[in-house]
Amino acid sequence: MCLAVPAKVLELRDNQMALVDLNGTQREISLMVLDGEAAVGDFVLIHVGYAIEVIDEEEAQRTLQLFEEIEAFENRTGNPPGTAS
Amino acid sequence: MSVLSAFRDSSRARVILEQIRRRDTGPVCIMEFCGGHTVAIFRSGLRSVMPEHVRMLSGPGCPVCVTSNADLDRAVALAKTPGVILATYGDMLRVPGSQESLMQVKARGFDVEVVYSTLDALSLAEARPDREIVFFGIGFETTAPAAAAAVLQARTRGLRNFSLCSVMKLTIPGAKALLGAGDVHVDAVIGPGHVASIIGSDAWRFLPEDYGIPVAISGFETLDLLMATDALLRMIEEKSPDLVNAYSRIVRPEGNRKAWGMVEQVFDTRDTSWRGFGVLPDSGLALRESFSEFDADIRFNISIEESAEHPACRCGEVLRGVVTPLDCNVFGTSCTPESPLGPCMVSSEGSCAAYYHYQRVSTAVHPGD
Ligand code: SF4
Repeated sequence: MCLAVPAKVLELRDNQMALVDLNGTQREISLMVLDGEAAVGDFVLIHVGYAIEVIDEEEAQRTLQLFEEIEAFENRTGNPPGTAS
Repeated sequence: MSVLSAFRDSSRARVILEQIRRRDTGPVCIMEFCGGHTVAIFRSGLRSVMPEHVRMLSGPGCPVCVTSNADLDRAVALAKTPGVILATYGDMLRVPGSQESLMQVKARGFDVEVVYSTLDALSLAEARPDREIVFFGIGFETTAPAAAAAVLQARTRGLRNFSLCSVMKLTIPGAKALLGAGDVHVDAVIGPGHVASIIGSDAWRFLPEDYGIPVAISGFETLDLLMATDALLRMIEEKSPDLVNAYSRIVRPEGNRKAWGMVEQVFDTRDTSWRGFGVLPDSGLALRESFSEFDADIRFNISIEESAEHPACRCGEVLRGVVTPLDCNVFGTSCTPESPLGPCMVSSEGSCAAYYHYQRVSTAVHPGD
């Protein structure tokens, strides 16, 4: 029920609406509850027809870097990914 | 989309899984409070690859499941009211009420419309000025802004034939009720990512601060869940319960202030009844008096007979984490997703449905395969 999905903003429209690409399907959604601005090209998180957040790609990148650090650590300590310790 | 799709890359999962396996915690029970997580955990196969001493348990995180039969019966009665078209999210349709489900009511010729969004319910109200459109609104904090936005738009557009029957609930009173009941011992909590996107990760600080329980706000991809689980085990290992936001690409400490501001403008809290828990104080969202013209409960004076659950159904205990679906005598026999006896088997996020669909096929992130 609380599931929300990322979609790319394609076009900003009147009445705080926007056209988004949701996994290849185009859909009109509302920006009414969004805190802040969404621009064309941004990824937003959609829940029941409303964009609830703009996805922070820099933060996404930072999280992925954490994984990479763990991976590097594993490799250094001689535990290549996939082997049981 | 490459940055975002990287979170689905399960080859990365093995590394963090190894780290999880090395955490020295002793037996622990990790609970998730979100139906979306229940499904994601099953689908990713996480349960089956966790070390034996880590037990994953589901809490009352499915809004369909915690809706009481009395509220379902009210929706059924509203759908049968002359002139009314009852609009609701698809999840509700097949949930059995005391006598019948909305689906059965629809099959008997009453107007029940499944909508994807409250936006569609507003369009319906505009298209059908001759009818009363009642939106049966379920959901937690994630979904409440969409209901608030609909009421505000209905006022701006002067829609007099739109109203809302709110059975929306707040997750934190539910979580507190579960922990307070003391039936299950919870060592750590996977915090609901999309609820937190609205109310903020800080709203979950009460877990470490008041209960000494670590919480990690998590997203819904396998890597998100592994990351959150590892953070929880680390905090248990270090005996330093805290809040970790493992979903920072979406969740801010303060949440979406605008969305929650709209919810507070339109709704007030009220005591409300949860399946499995009974009445919890200040756990429901009711329209404020200043929006009473949109309140279906006031507009249509619905009274229902005493409601009853199926005598064999143990959804209440499943939701409290006291039993698993496998403890229910009718699981998979007289109760299946095709002919469900309780909401936990209907909703795609219900524990019984998740057990039914994924129990034996969950091997997706097995390391070393
Ligand atoms: S298996 Fe069916 S009857 Fe049993 S608790 Fe789950 S939903 Fe209820």
